[in-house]
Amino acid sequence: MSNSTITRVDLAEAVYQRVGLSRSESSALVESTLQEISDALVAGDNVKISSFGSFNIREKSERIGRNPKTGVEATITPRKVVVFKASQVLKGKIHDSEEG
Amino acid sequence: MTKSELIRRLADANPNLYLSDIERIVDAIFDEITDALVRGDRVELRGFGAFSVKERDGRLGRNPRTGEAVDVPSKRMPFFKTGKLLRDRINGDETGGDDD
Repeated sequence: MSNSTITRVDLAEAVYQRVGLSRSESSALVESTLQEISDALVAGDNVKISSFGSFNIREKSERIGRNPKTGVEATITPRKVVVFKASQVLKGKIHDSEEG
Repeated sequence: MTKSELIRRLADANPNLYLSDIERIVDAIFDEITDALVRGDRVELRGFGAFSVKERDGRLGRNPRTGEAVDVPSKRMPFFKTGKLLRDRINGDETGGDDD
């Protein structure tokens, strides 16, 4: 198992290699894709990418938390969080990779 | 929003591209992320979020019906952490600011 990090640059390179757009178009399309997904989530929509996974908005209610450093209690305001649920296909590929 | 809706939105925003090209772009992006995770790499998309693989150790579980001890093997699970910009936008803060 390697341990490197891939970024937008690598995604743009993959688009460039596979689709044959220019490098600048490829990176613009990677950006637009992430932007469309973000905008849908901000609008309150869940995003489902088949055979990859879904990004869902979950509403968290107010609760009492604690500053782990100082131990001081504080009220954590209600907020929304994004929860990613990997598809069975993605889970299967990742799980199978340890045997290969 | 589903993958086909994402493709349609990107097509609307990019009338100069063929729909088949947009499909290949979106597939290239999610395939690249999938391949990275299968290799055990981390995918860091600033402002959006980061995908990584977490190893969960095997443990001795118990069949809840019979009480019989069963070996639960270790497994590798995909994991997503929302980026600061997206997290803030979802909670109504559009100012941006420093991202993680």
